Amino acid sequence: MIKSEALRAGILSLMFLLVLLGIWHVATLPKEQAASANDEYAKLMGKGAVKTTGFPTPAQLGETALKHISDPFYDKGPNDKGIGIQLGFSLARVGLGFALAALVAIPLGFVIGMSPLIYRALDPFIQVLKPISPLAWMPLALYTIKDSSISGIFVIFICSVWPMLINTAFGVAAVRREWLNVAKTLEVNAVRKAFQVILPAAAPTIMTGMRISMGIAWLVIVAAEMLVGGTGIGYFVWNEWNNLSLTNVIFAILTIGLVGMLLDLVFGRLQNLVTYVE
Amino acid sequence: MSAFSDPYDPNRKLGVACNCGKHASQVEHDSSDDLACADPEVLSNRVIESTMVRALFPHDETRRRFIRAVGVNTAMAAIAGVLPIGAMQALAQERKSLAKTELKIGFIPITCATPLIMADPLGFYKKEGLKVTLNKTAGWALIRDKMLNKEHDASHFLSPMPLAISMGVGSAAQPMRVATIQNINGQAITLHIKHKDKRDPKQWKGFKFAVPFDYSMHNFLLRYYVAEHGLDPDRDIQIRVVPPPEMVANLRAGNLDGYLGPDPFNQRAVYDEIGFIHILSKELWDGHPCCAFGVSDQFIKENPDTFAALYRAVLSAARMARDPKNRSLIAKVISPANYLNQPETVVEQVLTGKFADGLGNVKNVPDRADFDPFPWHSMAVWIMTQMKRWGYIKGDVNYKQIAEQVFLVTEAKKRMAELEMKSPATSYAKFKVMGKEFDPAQPEKYLGSFAIKKAAA
Repeated sequence: MIKSEALRAGILSLMFLLVLLGIWHVATLPKEQAASANDEYAKLMGKGAVKTTGFPTPAQLGETALKHISDPFYDKGPNDKGIGIQLGFSLARVGLGFALAALVAIPLGFVIGMSPLIYRALDPFIQVLKPISPLAWMPLALYTIKDSSISGIFVIFICSVWPMLINTAFGVAAVRREWLNVAKTLEVNAVRKAFQVILPAAAPTIMTGMRISMGIAWLVIVAAEMLVGGTGIGYFVWNEWNNLSLTNVIFAILTIGLVGMLLDLVFGRLQNLVTYVE
Repeated sequence: MSAFSDPYDPNRKLGVACNCGKHASQVEHDSSDDLACADPEVLSNRVIESTMVRALFPHDETRRRFIRAVGVNTAMAAIAGVLPIGAMQALAQERKSLAKTELKIGFIPITCATPLIMADPLGFYKKEGLKVTLNKTAGWALIRDKMLNKEHDASHFLSPMPLAISMGVGSAAQPMRVATIQNINGQAITLHIKHKDKRDPKQWKGFKFAVPFDYSMHNFLLRYYVAEHGLDPDRDIQIRVVPPPEMVANLRAGNLDGYLGPDPFNQRAVYDEIGFIHILSKELWDGHPCCAFGVSDQFIKENPDTFAALYRAVLSAARMARDPKNRSLIAKVISPANYLNQPETVVEQVLTGKFADGLGNVKNVPDRADFDPFPWHSMAVWIMTQMKRWGYIKGDVNYKQIAEQVFLVTEAKKRMAELEMKSPATSYAKFKVMGKEFDPAQPEKYLGSFAIKKAAA
């Protein structure tokens, strides 16, 4: 029964996709262009030639996607690289910023979670800093750090640190009293208590925080790279925006979505690994 | 045979004899106070001569017999006639002492930057022994920050920017210099196609316009233009800062009614049938500067030789770009994704001046864009009068001193002379902006003559 339901859901998804593509195809059918009286003017306006502008048909998008995927690692100078290389740059930045955020957030979250006093003292700061948009940090980062690529990593760090911090603190604070009391009666030392009682107990909540943070980091990187430029999938979108090439922009959007989904799947798996049944 | 030995000395065995290789024996070397031992230029030439003569005469005995038979001078002349020794030596000299050869240069993808962009694919940097990475940058604020942060060694600037940065207006003060002007003319006012019947600026009240940056010729020319038609740019219209690449998208979305922007984005709006070219900036002030090629004062002081080489590369590119014959080729090399990322026909229409205006006409204006590199001091003075007119700078301005500090005329003349390019004798000239004469000797009087300006605080 479950199997057939999955199958039916799959078929339904496919039908949604086909309907969407059908509407898209009909909506973007090329219109007849009125022949201009002035040939020279028409030529200068690029009539007859394939223009990069305008909303692409599904077929055009497929063609562009094939072109990018068949040669993902070309390098034609500092401002024109293949989609694979751009994704690599973005993932490296996200990885670095995220790792730094985890290094700070998890230990700090532990401390905050174990001490209600510190939790209360730091809470106002966290609440103010948490909702700040990544792009708002950028001018400040550029001015103080004086390096655009480190600024990009800093922005990922500062945006992905909060969900991890809050979730870690919450997870640690919510460890069941009984377990801590058992540890106390057995006279377990602090380090062992942290690693063998609290950490496994809080792990699912921490992992949820990390999953949310990764999602945010991937959202932020595109915005940050559009602002700072140079390399990365965000720069790719920006560069094709300059050229008003919607085909390439849509391709990049789909790629960003797919990669984001893969990242989320990885963290979903990790989350399953640490989940326990009481 | 030692590479440093004089290959034209018939009495010399070309073999290693002493430490420096110039003497027949170590004893002779020790007693010699020959300065040539230490002069790298002489040694460099010697290496080239030796290598070539050795290639001609693989056997030392043959070489010595030949030189004894015909005499040293005849031998030298004969060999020089066959081999390009002089040219080789000159080539080696050029590369001799560049301490810094790897440079990062920032640019905005617009045709204003043509000379410094084309210098990469056409090999002008390489010829000067430089390895340049051109970094496409997302906007002028970032160009400023990356120069202040020293992420870029040199940069494409809007010509008012180095003045503003040097004065500390709109940024932390840091001495910035204009080495060359990149382009003259080449901008336009583009309006949305729906305004094609509103050609008189008096009908523009409430319009939203874009310029690339506060400290840009675009901003000052647009303000000047509407003010001459009786509109106050601070009250009657709205002027926003939008990075050039985003102007067309905003015009399409209806966020803007028009812009005074750099090409290719004026022509691109026409190509995409969103806008039309209302007026070329050339018709406001023929020969006005737009973008500049700049470096920090610190960079010049730390790397004088590299700076000179870079200067020559950009000037040579500008010289090539000035010739209308080359414009189609240049359009081809700067259009790909690595540089402008634009359809070639758009860039070609901008550079050749034969273009569609968006209203159904083909126009032919060969000097729509040009690339005169000379950094006139009078241009700098005009820019500062406009900065003061619109309240970007306040109080007394020492126009002459700042202009002469920031616009490197002496240096430009020197480098242009090296390349046998003609430069004007003076660095101040009178010119006309929309028919009104500007005298660089009397900036305050000029400033006082405008009816519309921001009230002095």
